Amino acid sequence: MADKDIDQVTGTDTTGHEWDGIKELNNPLPRWWLWTFYGTVVWGLAYTVAFPAWPLVNSATAGLLGYSTRAEVAEQIAAVDAQNAEVAQRLATADLATLAPDDPAHRYGVAGGASVFAAHCSQCHGSGAAGAKGYPNLLDDDWLWGGDLEAIAYTVRHGIRNEVDPDARWSEMPAFGEILEDGEIAATVEYVRQLSGQDHDAGLAGQGAVLFEEQCSACHGEAGEGIRDLGAPRLSDAIWLYGGDRETLTQTITYSRFGVMPPWGARLDEDEIKAVTLYLHQLGGGE
Amino acid sequence: MPQDAAPPPLYAPRAPIFPRRVKGTFRTLKWWIMGVTLAIYYLTPWIRWDRGPNLPDQAVLIDMAGRRFYFFWIEIWPHEFYFVAGLLIMAGLGLFLFTSALGRVWCGYACPQTVWTDLFILVERWIEGDRNARVRLWNAGWSVRKLRLRVTKWVVWFVIAMATGGAWVFYFADAPTLARDLVTFQAPLVAYSTILVLTATTFVFGGFMREQVCNYMCPWPRIQAAMMDESTLTVAYRHWRGEPRGKHMKAEDADQRGDCIDCMACVNVCPAGIDIRDGQQMECITCALCIDACDEVMARIGKPRGLIDYLALSDEAAEAQGVQPRPIWQHVLRPRTVLYTAMWSLIGVALVYALFIRSDIDMTVEPVRNPQFVTLSDGSVRNTYTLRIRNLTAEDREFRVMLTSDEILRIDVETEGRVPNHVAVPANETLQARVYVIARPQDAAAAQATTDLRLWVEDVETDDRAGVATIFNGKG
Repeated sequence: MADKDIDQVTGTDTTGHEWDGIKELNNPLPRWWLWTFYGTVVWGLAYTVAFPAWPLVNSATAGLLGYSTRAEVAEQIAAVDAQNAEVAQRLATADLATLAPDDPAHRYGVAGGASVFAAHCSQCHGSGAAGAKGYPNLLDDDWLWGGDLEAIAYTVRHGIRNEVDPDARWSEMPAFGEILEDGEIAATVEYVRQLSGQDHDAGLAGQGAVLFEEQCSACHGEAGEGIRDLGAPRLSDAIWLYGGDRETLTQTITYSRFGVMPPWGARLDEDEIKAVTLYLHQLGGGE
Repeated sequence: MPQDAAPPPLYAPRAPIFPRRVKGTFRTLKWWIMGVTLAIYYLTPWIRWDRGPNLPDQAVLIDMAGRRFYFFWIEIWPHEFYFVAGLLIMAGLGLFLFTSALGRVWCGYACPQTVWTDLFILVERWIEGDRNARVRLWNAGWSVRKLRLRVTKWVVWFVIAMATGGAWVFYFADAPTLARDLVTFQAPLVAYSTILVLTATTFVFGGFMREQVCNYMCPWPRIQAAMMDESTLTVAYRHWRGEPRGKHMKAEDADQRGDCIDCMACVNVCPAGIDIRDGQQMECITCALCIDACDEVMARIGKPRGLIDYLALSDEAAEAQGVQPRPIWQHVLRPRTVLYTAMWSLIGVALVYALFIRSDIDMTVEPVRNPQFVTLSDGSVRNTYTLRIRNLTAEDREFRVMLTSDEILRIDVETEGRVPNHVAVPANETLQARVYVIARPQDAAAAQATTDLRLWVEDVETDDRAGVATIFNGKG
């Protein structure tokens, strides 16, 4: 380069490119930078050969290393399962009633049960297990069919009032609209409100007491204390599955209620039933 | 340039630099800084600090798995990450302060790239000789001697590089245990790969890339250049005093010449390969070795020192007119540097204050909002809270959980078979407990929408306590 074109101001060589009298200075990049750039190109190409990359019609190239994100996830799941194998085995064989709350197997069960609940139960019982009208609240201390571990596990396994599982919990309240007069139903409503300590018409309630004795006490008990073997709710407490106001009570007595729960024994395996039982039992109302 | 000429090359190879050995004030200072910083880096992980039986005894440890940072008597938990943020802000402000006062003093003295490059050049000089010998060796063809010298140098560099990479991993695990595992090939893969990467970068950056790292890879030179001003002290050449330069002091016009005898000492010692007499340059890391080199020469020819010196740009013009330059303290003590110092100190004081008022019980209360409350059979209203207690000490502790409120409320803690409402938190762990707060149906809290309350935890033995305000949701 005999005829270098040096810029007067900076003393820097120029590239010879000129626009409107402005010349482009040539501050050359380091050569290693160029080689690094070529290196990244080679790396990039090699990467697309080694790993899944090029899109084809129905899939993409698999890559020479046979890597797949699905396989990696499966591997991670298997690794976690292997890590938990001992505690899972312990939960599978343990008697739930004797499992201490600070036992790792108990904690493992509660955590797993929370996932089972979120996936299968929360649609009806709510993500916080607080239930809704017609769907029991699982946080309180009131249980229709029993709140100890065994009773909860049975309910989960067989469900309630379903035609699928012959062992499902079953009971049915008659629709008293076909048996009692409207006035009699109204009197019964007043008596039920008296039982649960709500405001009521004392005269009507006295009338209702006789009707309750005849019609209701067989299932709900003499004092409305409920009978769990029949799934007959306790009427003398503050908890109502459908509601304790006059309108709802009238509706319940007239037309009856028929809450259904599917048998989860068909869908969940034994370990999952155990886990969700532990989870439900420790929510705040377990017996 | 004619259009048909071959275009000039757009890429240039690195021009080799052979810094000559130099003695002087700044070189001595740099040896000391190198020794101290390298000693801190290599030795810190080996310092022991007794914290009791349940905690690691390494003075400085970043425990990723346990999510703890130990620094002598200080232990930082993840929720106290603001300490790290504060330290980073202080580091940033400190850099601003030093840059506005003393230019690229970080680059010249304390940057790891500078320190390790300096160390590598030292090794190079021991093995291959000083500048002239190295230039000769560079120009010579390959021979047994050249190969022997090169290989020796590379091996020593590699050992230093490996020690550097190796020291890094000791900050993240118990150093003696990890050292044993590393030697017996039982250490985790991440330890080996980290050592490998840091060994490679140290070897290449310190041995071969050197000033290329500063010029092309590091963003700091550009940022720092923007933070300097005309009052900043930086390494510069007294142009008015040195020019016109000339080699022969006995030539006829010698008395009309400046002090610079064009001996190239400043250029020969420069690790960045520049000529400081050309003025301020992006490549200059202000390592001040040219000051030492020039002072040596000035002493020899009987001229006052400081032809190359720490100067502010504003002084250059004043000195040329024969006016006394401003004293150094006026350059350092400016509103800008005072402001940086004030901000730096303020954050520092705030961090130290935060460190001292830090309780060794830390609790959080998370009310369960799904559902907000549960009605019980007897008509009581129950709220649920997730209580977390962090025991920041090395002893197991037992706490009493209590509540205070203007309304009547009852507390019930899931205690798993211990004394009612007592919870035990193991040393250096976080306990999570479910707390129920219950209002009877006849009490006001059951009926009104919200009731204020405060949950307390109290150490059973020391009566130390911590409290958190929260609310109780009623039916209202």
